Amino acid sequence: MNLRPVDTEKLTTWTPIILPDVRGLHKIDYYIANGGYKGLRKALEMKPEDVIDEVKKSNLRGRGGACFPTGLKWSFMPKNSGRPKYLCVNGDESEPGTFKDRQIFEFNPHLLVEGTLIACYAMGIMSAYIYIRGEYGKWIHMLQKAVDDAYAQGLIGEKILGTDFSTHITIHRGAGAYICGEESSLMNSIEGERGYPRVRPPFPAQVGLWGCPTTINNVETISNIPFIINHGWEWYSKIGTPKHPGPILVGVSGHVNNPGVFEMPTGEPLLEIIYKWAGGIPGNHGIKAVIPGGSSTMILRGDQLEGVRMDADSLKAAGSSVGTAGIIVMDSTTDLIQVITRIARFYYHESCGQCTPCREGTGWMFKILRRFEQHRASIEDIDLLMDIANNIEGNTICALGDAAAWPVQSMIRRFRDEFEKRVEVSQKKALVV
Amino acid sequence: MLSEANQRRVEELRKRYPTSQALVLPVLWIVQEQEGYISEDSMKYIGTLLNVPFGHILGVVTFYTMLQKKAVGKHHIEVCTNISCMLRGSGKILEHLEKRLGVNAGETSPDQRWTLSEAECMGSCGTAPMIAIGDEYYENLTLEKVDKLIDSLR
Repeated sequence: MNLRPVDTEKLTTWTPIILPDVRGLHKIDYYIANGGYKGLRKALEMKPEDVIDEVKKSNLRGRGGACFPTGLKWSFMPKNSGRPKYLCVNGDESEPGTFKDRQIFEFNPHLLVEGTLIACYAMGIMSAYIYIRGEYGKWIHMLQKAVDDAYAQGLIGEKILGTDFSTHITIHRGAGAYICGEESSLMNSIEGERGYPRVRPPFPAQVGLWGCPTTINNVETISNIPFIINHGWEWYSKIGTPKHPGPILVGVSGHVNNPGVFEMPTGEPLLEIIYKWAGGIPGNHGIKAVIPGGSSTMILRGDQLEGVRMDADSLKAAGSSVGTAGIIVMDSTTDLIQVITRIARFYYHESCGQCTPCREGTGWMFKILRRFEQHRASIEDIDLLMDIANNIEGNTICALGDAAAWPVQSMIRRFRDEFEKRVEVSQKKALVV
Repeated sequence: MLSEANQRRVEELRKRYPTSQALVLPVLWIVQEQEGYISEDSMKYIGTLLNVPFGHILGVVTFYTMLQKKAVGKHHIEVCTNISCMLRGSGKILEHLEKRLGVNAGETSPDQRWTLSEAECMGSCGTAPMIAIGDEYYENLTLEKVDKLIDSLR
Protein backbone atom coordinates (compact mmCIF):
# COMPACT_ATOMS: atom_id res chain seq x y z
CA MET A 1 0.00 0.00 0.00
CA ASN A 2 1.20 3.49 -0.78
CA LEU A 3 1.38 5.70 2.23
CA ARG A 4 3.19 8.39 0.37
CA PRO A 5 2.82 8.59 -3.38
CA VAL A 6 6.05 9.35 -5.18
CA ASP A 7 4.83 12.55 -6.74
CA THR A 8 3.22 14.08 -3.63
CA GLU A 9 5.17 17.28 -4.15
CA LYS A 10 3.40 17.96 -7.40
CA LEU A 11 -0.03 17.54 -5.84
CA THR A 12 0.22 19.70 -2.79
CA THR A 13 2.68 21.71 -0.81
CA TRP A 14 1.57 19.77 2.25
CA THR A 15 4.26 17.81 4.06
CA PRO A 16 2.66 14.98 6.03
CA ILE A 17 2.79 15.38 9.81
CA ILE A 18 0.56 12.56 11.06
CA LEU A 19 2.23 10.02 8.80
CA PRO A 20 5.52 11.77 7.97
CA ASP A 21 8.21 10.14 5.90
CA VAL A 22 10.48 9.35 8.83
CA ARG A 23 11.83 5.85 9.18
CA GLY A 24 11.61 4.24 12.60
CA LEU A 25 9.28 6.89 13.97
CA HIS A 26 7.33 4.18 15.79
CA LYS A 27 10.29 3.81 18.15
CA ILE A 28 10.24 6.11 21.14
CA ASP A 29 13.83 7.34 20.69
CA TYR A 30 13.19 8.30 17.08
CA TYR A 31 9.93 9.92 18.00
CA ILE A 32 11.56 12.04 20.71
CA ALA A 33 14.51 12.87 18.46
CA ASN A 34 12.00 14.20 15.93
CA GLY A 35 10.38 16.56 18.40
CA GLY A 36 8.02 14.03 19.94
CA TYR A 37 6.38 14.69 23.34
CA LYS A 38 7.18 18.38 22.99
CA GLY A 39 3.48 19.07 22.74
CA LEU A 40 2.92 17.26 26.02
CA ARG A 41 5.68 19.22 27.75
CA LYS A 42 4.22 22.45 26.44
CA ALA A 43 0.68 21.48 27.50
CA LEU A 44 1.84 20.63 31.01
CA GLU A 45 3.06 24.21 31.37
CA MET A 46 -0.35 25.54 30.35
CA LYS A 47 -3.54 25.65 32.37
CA PRO A 48 -5.84 22.77 31.44
CA GLU A 49 -8.62 25.16 30.41
CA ASP A 50 -6.17 26.95 28.10
CA VAL A 51 -5.41 23.65 26.40
CA ILE A 52 -9.13 23.12 25.78
CA ASP A 53 -9.39 26.68 24.53
CA GLU A 54 -6.55 26.13 22.10
CA VAL A 55 -8.26 23.04 20.68
CA LYS A 56 -11.57 24.89 20.50
CA LYS A 57 -10.04 27.79 18.56
CA SER A 58 -8.24 25.44 16.19
CA ASN A 59 -11.64 24.32 14.84
CA LEU A 60 -10.53 20.69 14.87
CA ARG A 61 -13.50 18.48 14.10
CA GLY A 62 -13.73 14.80 14.92
CA ARG A 63 -12.36 12.41 12.33
CA GLY A 64 -14.56 9.47 13.30
CA GLY A 65 -17.40 10.43 10.99
CA ALA A 66 -19.60 12.91 12.83
CA CYS A 67 -17.26 15.94 12.43
CA PHE A 68 -18.19 17.22 15.89
CA PRO A 69 -15.97 20.10 17.15
CA THR A 70 -13.43 18.45 19.45
CA GLY A 71 -12.73 21.42 21.73
CA LEU A 72 -16.45 21.91 22.31
CA LYS A 73 -16.82 18.24 23.21
CA TRP A 74 -13.97 18.56 25.71
CA SER A 75 -15.56 21.62 27.28
CA PHE A 76 -18.68 19.56 28.12
CA MET A 77 -16.70 17.64 30.72
CA PRO A 78 -17.63 18.82 34.23
CA LYS A 79 -14.79 20.39 36.20
CA ASN A 80 -15.46 19.54 39.80
CA SER A 81 -17.89 16.67 39.82
CA GLY A 82 -15.93 14.72 42.41
CA ARG A 83 -16.28 11.62 40.25
CA PRO A 84 -13.53 9.99 38.21
CA LYS A 85 -13.45 11.01 34.55
CA TYR A 86 -12.55 8.85 31.60
CA LEU A 87 -11.27 9.17 28.06
CA CYS A 88 -12.04 6.54 25.45
CA VAL A 89 -9.98 6.67 22.29
CA ASN A 90 -11.94 5.02 19.54
CA GLY A 91 -9.79 2.79 17.37
CA ASP A 92 -12.53 0.36 16.47
CA GLU A 93 -12.15 1.38 12.81
CA SER A 94 -14.69 -0.98 11.28
CA GLU A 95 -16.38 1.21 8.71
CA PRO A 96 -15.98 -0.56 5.36
CA GLY A 97 -13.54 1.42 3.23
CA THR A 98 -11.68 2.82 6.25
CA PHE A 99 -8.11 1.85 7.07
CA LYS A 100 -6.44 5.01 8.39
CA ASP A 101 -6.14 4.53 12.17
CA ARG A 102 -4.25 1.37 11.46
CA GLN A 103 -1.50 3.47 9.82
CA ILE A 104 -1.20 5.57 12.98
CA PHE A 105 -0.84 2.47 15.19
CA GLU A 106 1.86 1.17 12.88
CA PHE A 107 3.81 4.22 11.82
CA ASN A 108 3.25 6.85 14.49
CA PRO A 109 1.88 5.23 17.67
CA HIS A 110 3.58 7.72 20.02
CA LEU A 111 1.71 10.56 18.37
CA LEU A 112 -1.49 8.89 19.53
CA VAL A 113 -0.06 8.33 23.01
CA GLU A 114 1.03 11.96 23.22
CA GLY A 115 -2.34 13.23 22.06
CA THR A 116 -4.10 10.98 24.56
CA LEU A 117 -1.96 12.35 27.40
CA ILE A 118 -2.64 15.96 26.41
CA ALA A 119 -6.38 15.23 26.22
CA CYS A 120 -6.28 13.65 29.69
CA TYR A 121 -4.40 16.64 31.10
CA ALA A 122 -6.83 19.12 29.53
CA MET A 123 -9.90 17.37 30.94
CA GLY A 124 -8.44 16.24 34.26
CA ILE A 125 -8.65 12.56 33.37
CA MET A 126 -6.63 9.91 35.17
CA SER A 127 -7.59 6.91 33.11
CA ALA A 128 -7.78 6.48 29.34
CA TYR A 129 -8.83 3.42 27.37
CA ILE A 130 -7.79 2.97 23.79
CA TYR A 131 -10.33 0.62 22.24
CA ILE A 132 -9.00 -1.22 19.21
CA ARG A 133 -10.90 -3.66 17.03
CA GLY A 134 -10.07 -7.30 17.74
CA GLU A 135 -8.94 -8.04 14.19
CA TYR A 136 -6.05 -5.59 14.61
CA GLY A 137 -4.09 -7.99 16.86
CA LYS A 138 -0.84 -7.09 15.15
CA TRP A 139 -1.43 -3.37 15.56
CA ILE A 140 -2.57 -3.77 19.16
CA HIS A 141 0.85 -5.27 19.92
CA MET A 142 2.56 -2.35 18.15
CA LEU A 143 0.64 0.23 20.15
CA GLN A 144 1.12 -1.75 23.38
CA LYS A 145 4.87 -1.62 22.80
CA ALA A 146 4.66 2.17 22.38
CA VAL A 147 2.59 2.50 25.57
CA ASP A 148 5.02 0.27 27.50
CA ASP A 149 8.00 2.31 26.30
CA ALA A 150 6.28 5.56 27.25
CA TYR A 151 5.56 4.15 30.72
CA ALA A 152 9.23 3.17 31.05
CA GLN A 153 10.28 6.76 30.29
CA GLY A 154 7.87 8.28 32.81
CA LEU A 155 5.63 9.75 30.14
CA ILE A 156 2.62 7.76 31.32
CA GLY A 157 1.80 6.83 34.93
CA GLU A 158 2.28 8.67 38.19
CA LYS A 159 3.63 12.23 38.30
CA ILE A 160 4.32 12.54 34.59
CA LEU A 161 7.56 14.40 33.78
CA GLY A 162 7.84 15.44 37.41
CA THR A 163 4.53 17.29 37.50
CA ASP A 164 1.45 16.54 39.61
CA PHE A 165 -0.31 15.13 36.58
CA SER A 166 -0.87 11.36 36.63
CA THR A 167 -2.75 9.25 34.14
CA HIS A 168 -2.89 5.69 32.91
CA ILE A 169 -3.48 4.33 29.44
CA THR A 170 -4.98 0.88 28.88
CA ILE A 171 -5.50 -0.77 25.53
CA HIS A 172 -8.80 -2.62 25.32
CA ARG A 173 -9.24 -5.20 22.57
CA GLY A 174 -12.59 -5.49 20.83
CA ALA A 175 -13.80 -8.83 19.54
CA GLY A 176 -15.44 -8.31 16.17
CA ALA A 177 -18.48 -6.06 16.36
CA TYR A 178 -18.91 -3.08 14.04
CA ILE A 179 -21.39 -1.56 16.48
CA CYS A 180 -18.68 -1.11 19.11
CA GLY A 181 -17.34 1.80 17.08
CA GLU A 182 -20.49 3.62 18.18
CA GLU A 183 -19.42 5.56 21.25
CA SER A 184 -22.01 4.37 23.76
CA SER A 185 -21.73 0.79 22.58
CA LEU A 186 -17.96 1.11 22.95
CA MET A 187 -18.41 2.10 26.58
CA ASN A 188 -20.68 -0.88 27.23
CA SER A 189 -18.11 -3.11 25.60
CA ILE A 190 -15.39 -1.80 27.93
CA GLU A 191 -17.68 -2.38 30.88
CA GLY A 192 -17.92 -6.05 29.91
CA GLU A 193 -21.42 -5.91 28.48
CA ARG A 194 -22.82 -6.85 25.11
CA GLY A 195 -22.09 -3.92 22.81
CA TYR A 196 -25.53 -2.34 22.88
CA PRO A 197 -25.74 1.42 22.28
CA ARG A 198 -27.23 3.55 25.04
CA VAL A 199 -30.11 5.99 24.86
CA ARG A 200 -29.04 9.64 24.98
CA PRO A 201 -29.50 11.85 26.94
CA PRO A 202 -27.74 11.52 29.28
CA PHE A 203 -24.68 12.20 27.16
CA PRO A 204 -21.31 10.60 27.96
CA ALA A 205 -19.88 13.86 29.33
CA GLN A 206 -22.40 13.49 32.18
CA VAL A 207 -23.00 9.76 32.38
CA GLY A 208 -20.43 7.72 30.52
CA LEU A 209 -18.13 4.88 31.44
CA TRP A 210 -19.25 3.41 34.80
CA GLY A 211 -21.68 6.29 35.11
CA CYS A 212 -18.87 8.85 35.17
CA PRO A 213 -18.10 11.79 32.86
CA THR A 214 -16.48 10.44 29.71
CA THR A 215 -15.17 11.78 26.43
CA ILE A 216 -14.84 9.59 23.36
CA ASN A 217 -12.55 10.71 20.53
CA ASN A 218 -11.38 9.01 17.37
CA VAL A 219 -7.72 7.91 17.04
CA GLU A 220 -7.03 10.33 14.20
CA THR A 221 -8.68 13.21 16.07
CA ILE A 222 -6.46 12.64 19.09
CA SER A 223 -3.40 12.41 16.82
CA ASN A 224 -4.01 15.99 15.69
CA ILE A 225 -3.81 17.37 19.22
CA PRO A 226 0.01 17.49 19.68
CA PHE A 227 0.34 19.70 16.57
CA ILE A 228 -2.31 22.13 17.76
CA ILE A 229 -0.49 22.55 21.07
CA ASN A 230 2.96 22.68 19.47
CA HIS A 231 2.18 25.14 16.70
CA GLY A 232 -0.86 26.93 18.12
CA TRP A 233 -4.44 27.13 16.98
CA GLU A 234 -3.77 29.85 14.42
CA TRP A 235 -1.34 27.71 12.49
CA TYR A 236 -3.63 24.72 12.61
CA SER A 237 -6.81 26.53 11.64
CA LYS A 238 -5.18 27.75 8.43
CA ILE A 239 -4.59 24.23 7.09
CA GLY A 240 -7.17 23.26 4.47
CA THR A 241 -10.78 24.42 4.70
CA PRO A 242 -11.42 27.02 7.44
CA LYS A 243 -14.61 25.37 8.73
CA HIS A 244 -13.11 21.89 8.77
CA PRO A 245 -9.38 22.47 8.94
CA GLY A 246 -6.33 20.31 9.40
CA PRO A 247 -4.64 17.41 7.75
CA ILE A 248 -6.93 14.50 7.00
CA LEU A 249 -6.11 10.88 6.29
CA VAL A 250 -7.96 9.91 3.15
CA GLY A 251 -8.22 6.25 2.24
CA VAL A 252 -8.87 5.37 -1.37
CA SER A 253 -9.92 1.86 -2.34
CA GLY A 254 -11.81 0.00 -5.02
CA HIS A 255 -11.16 0.57 -8.72
CA VAL A 256 -8.05 2.75 -8.61
CA ASN A 257 -4.50 2.10 -9.75
CA ASN A 258 -2.83 3.22 -6.57
CA PRO A 259 -5.03 2.57 -3.52
CA GLY A 260 -3.83 3.68 -0.11
CA VAL A 261 -4.01 6.21 2.70
CA PHE A 262 -2.98 9.74 1.78
CA GLU A 263 -2.47 12.60 4.18
CA MET A 264 -3.61 15.93 2.76
CA PRO A 265 -5.18 19.17 3.90
CA THR A 266 -8.98 19.05 3.97
CA GLY A 267 -10.75 20.40 0.92
CA GLU A 268 -8.79 18.67 -1.85
CA PRO A 269 -10.92 18.07 -4.97
CA LEU A 270 -12.39 14.56 -4.95
CA LEU A 271 -11.56 13.98 -8.62
CA GLU A 272 -7.97 15.03 -8.06
CA ILE A 273 -7.70 12.57 -5.18
CA ILE A 274 -9.00 9.78 -7.38
CA TYR A 275 -7.04 10.61 -10.54
CA LYS A 276 -3.81 12.03 -9.16
CA TRP A 277 -3.24 10.72 -5.66
CA ALA A 278 -4.79 7.32 -6.32
CA GLY A 279 -3.53 7.07 -9.88
CA GLY A 280 -6.85 6.97 -11.75
CA ILE A 281 -9.01 4.07 -12.86
CA PRO A 282 -7.50 0.84 -14.24
CA GLY A 283 -8.25 0.24 -17.90
CA ASN A 284 -9.19 3.90 -18.31
CA HIS A 285 -12.80 3.15 -17.48
CA GLY A 286 -15.06 5.99 -16.40
CA ILE A 287 -16.30 6.41 -12.84
CA LYS A 288 -19.79 5.07 -12.29
CA ALA A 289 -20.10 5.83 -8.60
CA VAL A 290 -18.12 6.91 -5.55
CA ILE A 291 -18.77 6.34 -1.87
CA PRO A 292 -16.85 9.27 -0.33
CA GLY A 293 -16.56 8.50 3.36
CA GLY A 294 -17.00 4.82 4.18
CA SER A 295 -19.95 2.58 3.39
CA SER A 296 -22.43 4.53 5.54
CA THR A 297 -22.13 7.70 3.52
CA MET A 298 -24.43 8.42 0.60
CA ILE A 299 -23.23 7.21 -2.77
CA LEU A 300 -22.46 9.82 -5.44
CA ARG A 301 -22.83 9.44 -9.19
CA GLY A 302 -19.66 9.62 -11.22
CA ASP A 303 -21.09 12.59 -13.15
CA GLN A 304 -21.72 14.70 -10.03
CA LEU A 305 -18.15 14.78 -8.72
CA GLU A 306 -16.99 17.92 -10.49
CA GLY A 307 -16.15 20.59 -7.93
CA VAL A 308 -16.76 18.33 -4.91
CA ARG A 309 -14.07 18.67 -2.25
CA MET A 310 -12.99 16.42 0.58
CA ASP A 311 -14.37 18.37 3.52
CA ALA A 312 -17.53 18.30 5.61
CA ASP A 313 -19.36 21.20 3.98
CA SER A 314 -18.54 20.47 0.35
CA LEU A 315 -19.62 16.84 0.67
CA LYS A 316 -22.74 17.84 2.56
CA ALA A 317 -23.66 20.22 -0.24
CA ALA A 318 -23.11 17.39 -2.72
CA GLY A 319 -25.61 15.26 -0.80
CA SER A 320 -23.25 13.03 1.12
CA SER A 321 -20.78 13.38 3.97
CA VAL A 322 -17.07 13.13 4.67
CA GLY A 323 -17.60 10.28 7.16
CA THR A 324 -14.30 8.57 7.88
CA ALA A 325 -12.83 9.78 4.57
CA GLY A 326 -12.74 6.30 3.11
CA ILE A 327 -13.33 6.79 -0.59
CA ILE A 328 -14.53 3.73 -2.50
CA VAL A 329 -14.34 4.11 -6.27
CA MET A 330 -16.48 2.07 -8.67
CA ASP A 331 -15.73 2.07 -12.38
CA SER A 332 -18.24 2.00 -15.23
CA THR A 333 -18.32 -1.82 -15.31
CA THR A 334 -19.49 -2.16 -11.69
CA ASP A 335 -22.72 -3.97 -10.89
CA LEU A 336 -24.19 -1.54 -8.37
CA ILE A 337 -26.97 -3.95 -7.42
CA GLN A 338 -24.31 -6.34 -6.24
CA VAL A 339 -22.57 -3.51 -4.37
CA ILE A 340 -25.66 -2.33 -2.51
CA THR A 341 -26.71 -5.89 -1.71
CA ARG A 342 -23.32 -6.50 -0.13
CA ILE A 343 -23.54 -3.26 1.85
CA ALA A 344 -27.04 -4.17 3.05
CA ARG A 345 -25.81 -7.61 4.10
CA PHE A 346 -23.11 -5.95 6.17
CA TYR A 347 -25.59 -3.85 8.15
CA TYR A 348 -27.91 -6.82 8.55
CA HIS A 349 -25.00 -8.77 10.05
CA GLU A 350 -23.84 -5.91 12.25
CA SER A 351 -27.16 -4.64 13.60
CA CYS A 352 -27.01 -5.32 17.34
CA GLY A 353 -30.69 -6.25 17.43
CA GLN A 354 -31.71 -3.83 20.11
CA CYS A 355 -34.13 -1.65 18.09
CA THR A 356 -36.85 -3.29 15.99
CA PRO A 357 -36.65 -0.99 12.92
CA CYS A 358 -32.95 -1.73 12.49
CA ARG A 359 -32.99 -5.40 13.55
CA GLU A 360 -35.88 -6.29 11.22
CA GLY A 361 -35.44 -3.58 8.61
CA THR A 362 -31.82 -4.34 7.76
CA GLY A 363 -32.81 -7.97 7.13
CA TRP A 364 -35.77 -7.01 4.98
CA MET A 365 -33.63 -4.63 2.92
CA PHE A 366 -31.02 -7.32 2.38
CA LYS A 367 -33.61 -9.90 1.34
CA ILE A 368 -35.30 -7.54 -1.12
CA LEU A 369 -31.95 -6.51 -2.58
CA ARG A 370 -31.07 -10.17 -2.93
CA ARG A 371 -34.23 -10.51 -5.03
CA PHE A 372 -32.82 -7.87 -7.37
CA GLU A 373 -29.46 -9.59 -7.44
CA GLN A 374 -31.03 -12.96 -8.24
CA HIS A 375 -33.48 -11.58 -10.82
CA ARG A 376 -36.56 -12.23 -8.73
CA ALA A 377 -37.54 -8.62 -8.00
CA SER A 378 -40.49 -6.72 -9.37
CA ILE A 379 -40.70 -3.00 -10.09
CA GLU A 380 -42.73 -2.38 -6.90
CA ASP A 381 -39.80 -3.65 -4.85
CA ILE A 382 -37.92 -0.40 -5.51
CA ASP A 383 -40.46 1.68 -3.59
CA LEU A 384 -40.87 -1.02 -0.96
CA LEU A 385 -37.14 -0.88 -0.34
CA MET A 386 -37.22 2.91 -0.07
CA ASP A 387 -40.15 2.69 2.33
CA ILE A 388 -38.30 0.35 4.66
CA ALA A 389 -35.16 2.50 4.57
CA ASN A 390 -37.23 5.60 5.39
CA ASN A 391 -38.77 3.82 8.34
CA ILE A 392 -35.42 2.82 9.80
CA GLU A 393 -33.84 6.26 9.47
CA GLY A 394 -34.22 8.32 12.62
CA ASN A 395 -36.11 5.61 14.49
CA THR A 396 -33.28 3.86 16.31
CA ILE A 397 -31.20 4.46 19.43
CA CYS A 398 -27.95 4.85 17.54
CA ALA A 399 -26.81 5.90 14.08
CA LEU A 400 -26.36 2.36 12.75
CA GLY A 401 -29.96 2.44 11.57
CA ASP A 402 -29.30 5.64 9.64
CA ALA A 403 -26.03 4.23 8.35
CA ALA A 404 -27.92 1.24 6.98
CA ALA A 405 -30.66 3.39 5.43
CA TRP A 406 -28.53 6.04 3.75
CA PRO A 407 -26.68 3.86 1.23
CA VAL A 408 -29.95 2.25 0.16
CA GLN A 409 -31.83 5.55 -0.07
CA SER A 410 -29.06 7.27 -1.99
CA MET A 411 -28.60 4.31 -4.31
CA ILE A 412 -32.29 4.35 -5.24
CA ARG A 413 -32.39 8.13 -5.53
CA ARG A 414 -29.28 8.39 -7.69
CA PHE A 415 -29.33 5.09 -9.55
CA ARG A 416 -33.01 4.24 -9.88
CA ASP A 417 -32.28 3.41 -13.51
CA GLU A 418 -30.02 0.55 -12.39
CA PHE A 419 -32.85 -1.02 -10.41
CA GLU A 420 -35.32 -0.56 -13.26
CA LYS A 421 -32.88 -2.03 -15.77
CA ARG A 422 -32.38 -5.00 -13.48
CA VAL A 423 -36.10 -5.71 -13.32
CA GLU A 424 -36.38 -5.36 -17.09
CA VAL A 425 -33.54 -7.82 -17.66
CA SER A 426 -35.10 -10.17 -15.10
CA GLN A 427 -38.42 -10.11 -16.91
CA LYS A 428 -36.74 -10.87 -20.24
CA LYS A 429 -34.85 -13.72 -18.64
CA ALA A 430 -38.07 -15.13 -17.26
CA LEU A 431 -39.61 -15.08 -20.74
CA VAL A 432 -36.67 -16.93 -22.25
CA VAL A 433 -36.97 -19.65 -19.62
CA MET B 1 -8.05 -23.67 34.44
CA LEU B 2 -5.92 -20.66 33.48
CA SER B 3 -2.17 -21.19 33.37
CA GLU B 4 -0.19 -19.50 36.12
CA ALA B 5 1.19 -16.90 33.76
CA ASN B 6 -2.32 -16.10 32.57
CA GLN B 7 -3.61 -15.88 36.13
CA ARG B 8 -0.95 -13.25 36.75
CA ARG B 9 -2.13 -11.40 33.64
CA VAL B 10 -5.64 -11.36 35.06
CA GLU B 11 -4.38 -9.97 38.37
CA GLU B 12 -2.50 -7.24 36.50
CA LEU B 13 -5.67 -6.41 34.56
CA ARG B 14 -7.67 -5.99 37.76
CA LYS B 15 -5.59 -2.89 38.52
CA ARG B 16 -6.68 -1.35 35.26
CA TYR B 17 -10.44 -1.40 35.68
CA PRO B 18 -12.72 -0.25 38.51
CA THR B 19 -15.05 -3.27 38.19
CA SER B 20 -14.31 -6.94 37.70
CA GLN B 21 -17.03 -7.20 35.07
CA ALA B 22 -14.88 -4.99 32.82
CA LEU B 23 -12.41 -7.86 32.72
CA VAL B 24 -14.88 -10.11 30.92
CA LEU B 25 -13.66 -9.32 27.40
CA PRO B 26 -9.94 -9.26 28.23
CA VAL B 27 -10.23 -12.56 30.11
CA LEU B 28 -12.27 -14.15 27.32
CA TRP B 29 -9.39 -13.24 24.99
CA ILE B 30 -6.88 -14.82 27.34
CA VAL B 31 -8.95 -18.01 27.55
CA GLN B 32 -9.36 -18.17 23.80
CA GLU B 33 -5.62 -17.69 23.33
CA GLN B 34 -4.94 -20.52 25.76
CA GLU B 35 -7.69 -22.96 24.77
CA GLY B 36 -8.38 -22.05 21.15
CA TYR B 37 -12.07 -21.49 21.86
CA ILE B 38 -14.41 -20.74 24.74
CA SER B 39 -16.26 -23.76 26.09
CA GLU B 40 -19.23 -23.64 28.42
CA ASP B 41 -16.95 -24.81 31.23
CA SER B 42 -14.60 -21.92 30.52
CA MET B 43 -17.52 -19.51 30.68
CA LYS B 44 -18.54 -20.91 34.06
CA TYR B 45 -14.94 -20.64 35.25
CA ILE B 46 -14.71 -17.00 34.12
CA GLY B 47 -18.04 -16.28 35.80
CA THR B 48 -16.69 -17.54 39.11
CA LEU B 49 -13.33 -15.82 38.63
CA LEU B 50 -14.90 -12.42 37.96
CA ASN B 51 -18.00 -12.84 40.07
CA VAL B 52 -20.27 -12.36 37.08
CA PRO B 53 -23.23 -14.68 36.33
CA PHE B 54 -22.68 -17.39 33.72
CA GLY B 55 -25.61 -16.05 31.72
CA HIS B 56 -23.89 -12.70 31.39
CA ILE B 57 -20.69 -14.31 30.12
CA LEU B 58 -22.71 -16.35 27.62
CA GLY B 59 -24.42 -13.15 26.49
CA VAL B 60 -21.07 -11.49 25.84
CA VAL B 61 -19.56 -14.51 24.09
CA THR B 62 -22.52 -14.79 21.73
CA PHE B 63 -22.41 -11.08 20.89
CA TYR B 64 -18.88 -10.89 19.47
CA THR B 65 -18.03 -12.70 16.25
CA MET B 66 -14.36 -13.24 17.07
CA LEU B 67 -15.09 -15.26 20.19
CA GLN B 68 -15.30 -18.91 19.15
CA LYS B 69 -17.91 -21.10 20.79
CA LYS B 70 -16.46 -24.29 19.39
CA ALA B 71 -13.07 -25.50 18.25
CA VAL B 72 -11.91 -24.13 14.92
CA GLY B 73 -9.44 -25.73 12.55
CA LYS B 74 -5.69 -25.42 12.97
CA HIS B 75 -5.71 -22.61 10.44
CA HIS B 76 -8.69 -20.28 10.55
CA ILE B 77 -8.83 -18.50 7.22
CA GLU B 78 -11.05 -15.45 7.05
CA VAL B 79 -11.78 -13.94 3.66
CA CYS B 80 -12.98 -10.36 3.57
CA THR B 81 -15.81 -10.06 1.05
CA ASN B 82 -16.94 -6.54 1.90
CA ILE B 83 -17.14 -4.02 -0.92
CA SER B 84 -13.56 -2.77 -1.32
CA CYS B 85 -12.38 -6.38 -1.44
CA MET B 86 -15.35 -7.43 -3.56
CA LEU B 87 -14.51 -4.78 -6.17
CA ARG B 88 -11.02 -6.25 -6.35
CA GLY B 89 -11.94 -9.89 -6.70
CA SER B 90 -12.48 -11.38 -3.24
CA GLY B 91 -15.29 -13.52 -4.66
CA LYS B 92 -12.77 -15.45 -6.75
CA ILE B 93 -10.43 -15.82 -3.78
CA LEU B 94 -13.19 -17.33 -1.65
CA GLU B 95 -14.37 -19.62 -4.44
CA HIS B 96 -10.81 -20.79 -5.02
CA LEU B 97 -10.25 -21.50 -1.34
CA GLU B 98 -13.51 -23.44 -1.08
CA LYS B 99 -12.41 -25.66 -3.95
CA ARG B 100 -8.85 -25.98 -2.84
CA LEU B 101 -9.62 -26.82 0.80
CA GLY B 102 -12.80 -28.78 0.11
CA VAL B 103 -14.85 -26.82 2.62
CA ASN B 104 -17.50 -24.17 2.21
CA ALA B 105 -17.35 -20.80 3.96
CA GLY B 106 -18.40 -21.33 7.56
CA GLU B 107 -17.13 -24.91 7.72
CA THR B 108 -14.19 -26.77 9.22
CA SER B 109 -12.49 -29.58 7.34
CA PRO B 110 -13.05 -33.09 8.80
CA ASP B 111 -9.33 -33.34 9.68
CA GLN B 112 -9.65 -30.12 11.73
CA ARG B 113 -6.95 -28.55 9.63
CA TRP B 114 -8.89 -25.68 8.04
CA THR B 115 -11.73 -23.44 9.01
CA LEU B 116 -12.89 -21.11 6.27
CA SER B 117 -15.01 -18.04 7.02
CA GLU B 118 -16.34 -15.09 5.14
CA ALA B 119 -15.54 -11.92 7.09
CA GLU B 120 -16.68 -8.33 7.13
CA CYS B 121 -14.27 -5.47 6.39
CA MET B 122 -11.01 -5.94 8.28
CA GLY B 123 -9.51 -2.55 7.40
CA SER B 124 -7.36 -3.70 4.54
CA CYS B 125 -9.23 -1.90 1.77
CA GLY B 126 -6.11 -0.32 0.27
CA THR B 127 -4.49 -3.74 -0.05
CA ALA B 128 -7.52 -5.68 -1.24
CA PRO B 129 -8.27 -8.48 -1.69
CA MET B 130 -7.08 -9.92 1.59
CA ILE B 131 -7.44 -12.80 3.99
CA ALA B 132 -6.57 -13.05 7.66
CA ILE B 133 -5.24 -16.14 9.39
CA GLY B 134 -5.22 -15.48 13.11
CA ASP B 135 -3.60 -12.10 13.67
CA GLU B 136 -1.74 -12.21 10.38
CA TYR B 137 -3.03 -10.32 7.32
CA TYR B 138 -2.22 -11.50 3.79
CA GLU B 139 -2.86 -8.65 1.39
CA ASN B 140 -2.89 -7.75 -2.30
CA LEU B 141 -3.77 -11.35 -3.04
CA THR B 142 -3.90 -13.19 -6.33
CA LEU B 143 -4.95 -16.82 -6.80
CA GLU B 144 -1.28 -17.74 -7.21
CA LYS B 145 -0.38 -16.07 -3.93
CA VAL B 146 -3.23 -17.89 -2.20
CA ASP B 147 -1.99 -21.22 -3.56
CA LYS B 148 1.54 -20.54 -2.36
CA LEU B 149 0.26 -19.58 1.05
CA ILE B 150 -1.86 -22.73 1.40
CA ASP B 151 1.10 -24.85 0.28
CA SER B 152 3.27 -23.27 2.95
CA LEU B 153 0.67 -24.07 5.63
CA ARG B 154 0.10 -27.67 4.66
